Amino acid sequence: MDEALITTRELTKVYRMEGYAVTALNKVSVDIHKGEFVAVMGPSGSGKSTFMNLLGCLDSPTSGEYWLAGEKVSELSGNALAAIRNRRIGFVFQSFNLLPRTSALENVELPLLYSRVSAEERHRRALARLGEVGLADRAHHHPAQLSGGQQQRVAIARALVNDPVLILADEPTGALDTRTSFEVMALLQDLNAAGMSVVLVTHEHDIADFASRVVTFRDGRVMSDKRTKPVDAREKLREAQATLETA
Amino acid sequence: MSWLAGIRIALRALRVNKMRSILTMLGIIIGVGAVITMIAIGSGAQAQVEEQIKSLGTNLIIVLPGSVTAGGVRMGAGSRNTLTEDDGYALQREIPNVQAAAPTLRGTGHVVAGGNNWSTVFYGITPEYFEARNWTVATGRGFEAADVNGAAKVALLGETVARSLFGESDPIGQIVRVRKVPMEVIGTLERKGQSLQGQDQDDVILMPITTARNRVLGGSGVKLRTVGSISVKIRDGVDMAQAEAEMRTLLRQRHRLQPAQDDDFTLRNLSEVLGAREESTRIMTLLLAAVASVSLLVGGIGIMNIMLVSVTERTREIGLRMAVGARAKDILSQFLVEAVTLALVGGLCGIVLGVAGSFAIGHFAGWRTDLNANAIVLAVGFAAAVGIFFGFYPARKASRLLPIEALRYE
Repeated sequence: MDEALITTRELTKVYRMEGYAVTALNKVSVDIHKGEFVAVMGPSGSGKSTFMNLLGCLDSPTSGEYWLAGEKVSELSGNALAAIRNRRIGFVFQSFNLLPRTSALENVELPLLYSRVSAEERHRRALARLGEVGLADRAHHHPAQLSGGQQQRVAIARALVNDPVLILADEPTGALDTRTSFEVMALLQDLNAAGMSVVLVTHEHDIADFASRVVTFRDGRVMSDKRTKPVDAREKLREAQATLETA
Repeated sequence: MSWLAGIRIALRALRVNKMRSILTMLGIIIGVGAVITMIAIGSGAQAQVEEQIKSLGTNLIIVLPGSVTAGGVRMGAGSRNTLTEDDGYALQREIPNVQAAAPTLRGTGHVVAGGNNWSTVFYGITPEYFEARNWTVATGRGFEAADVNGAAKVALLGETVARSLFGESDPIGQIVRVRKVPMEVIGTLERKGQSLQGQDQDDVILMPITTARNRVLGGSGVKLRTVGSISVKIRDGVDMAQAEAEMRTLLRQRHRLQPAQDDDFTLRNLSEVLGAREESTRIMTLLLAAVASVSLLVGGIGIMNIMLVSVTERTREIGLRMAVGARAKDILSQFLVEAVTLALVGGLCGIVLGVAGSFAIGHFAGWRTDLNANAIVLAVGFAAAVGIFFGFYPARKASRLLPIEALRYE
């Protein structure tokens, strides 16, 4: 597997409905290397979400193989998958999925709660990650007291807190305005520049443009897989701010 | 995840819906409070009966005169004067198993001392009476053989009588007139409390049997030396039925009864009556506790109900926790801890309610209540068990959710 972070071979997912079966993912074989920033695109029903769920170990494939960081996870189940999600993968969701009435700090600590880390260590690491996303001064705010962009940054800090090998972002800008979207994408680009592998699911081309590789799904298969020169999100952010000021 | 962290998460989740949590706990609070109060009332009643047994003496047999049968109508125990003082002495003398036999005369009358007066009961007794009835003299002295032989005009006062006639001052050496017969108070009796029938056993005057018969009561009893009853204390460890049989044989002999004739006396074993009474209070305690436990059970159902609602409401939270690495058993224990926390916090409040309730009932209703550490431990243990039992199903339901479905739940 040399240095491939993610390897899928003929990964297939079939959903059995009453009487008929839907093949959501059809023999998908993809390699993603360490340090890549991959955007997964495709219309609804293309299988991109199913692919995402399988990569995130939230679901098990019907057939095919999936290696993550040299570990064959397609055969694992239950607790072993929970452990992979806990230690290997950081999730960022469209709707942030922060626990309400819980401070930003405690939200970031959440993954560490499930991995035998002492309370002090949890605290220290969560605070450090919050600092990295620029929210150290908001550590004791509740999600309701934070803006959408700030909430998503808390979610990114949470995704990073257990030192994962992969960030999986499912439409991370779906609930944000353009300028905040650029902010979040700039943060993801920074993380990627620091060596973090990022897989992003989106249906917006402008967002996919920030990635260095775009994999497009259609009808459960990979339709195209292109490497591109990513657009600099910070640049776009500056432009957006400039137009905002002149207006 | 540590238990401590689990409890903290549970407490926070419960604080979010304060009103709901409190209402849910109320079921457990009332249940635990009721169990503790009911057991306190029950064991109070039980202890009271036990004390009465102790004050009576556990091996006491009362001999009462037999009944008169007039034209087929039986008049009931004590309607005929068949029992004499000498029967009492004979029981004492001739049956080794008898520890003390005390022939007793009973009368009622008006007592005057100085400016005070009081209506009460008096007993004419022999010195054996104190041993037979487990009674002692509190102050002053008891009767001696000489007092009985000489029909001395001396009396012992029960606490109630002493208080009614003399208040706080010392009655010893004072003169009381019982049915106009003056006698010297030589002592006061130990407090005995209420009898089984709720009578004040301290509202009594004791005097030598001869004094009662010859000087106070008078009449036909003087010549016949009849008595109202004989209290007989059987020696410890002796079979009561055997002792009763011996007494019956002796009394039949003394009364010259033919084998075909009925007894002209009655033997009453009071400890049996009390034993039955004790058994019935014990059953009452059990019943009360059982009824109270039902409310605890209902409280448990309330917990299950609210936990099911909570699991549904927090499906996305469950999905998120699973996504960041919570295993099924982490989710299971989270919700189980929450249910048990509800039950236990309710249980602790229930203890306070139960203790307060027991005191309130003891204070306002005047019932005796015995708070029982075992009952408290039992009630709270039961509450925790209810939490686990009724929390398990919702918790398992939560732990079985699929992470993707839970995450996407709207």
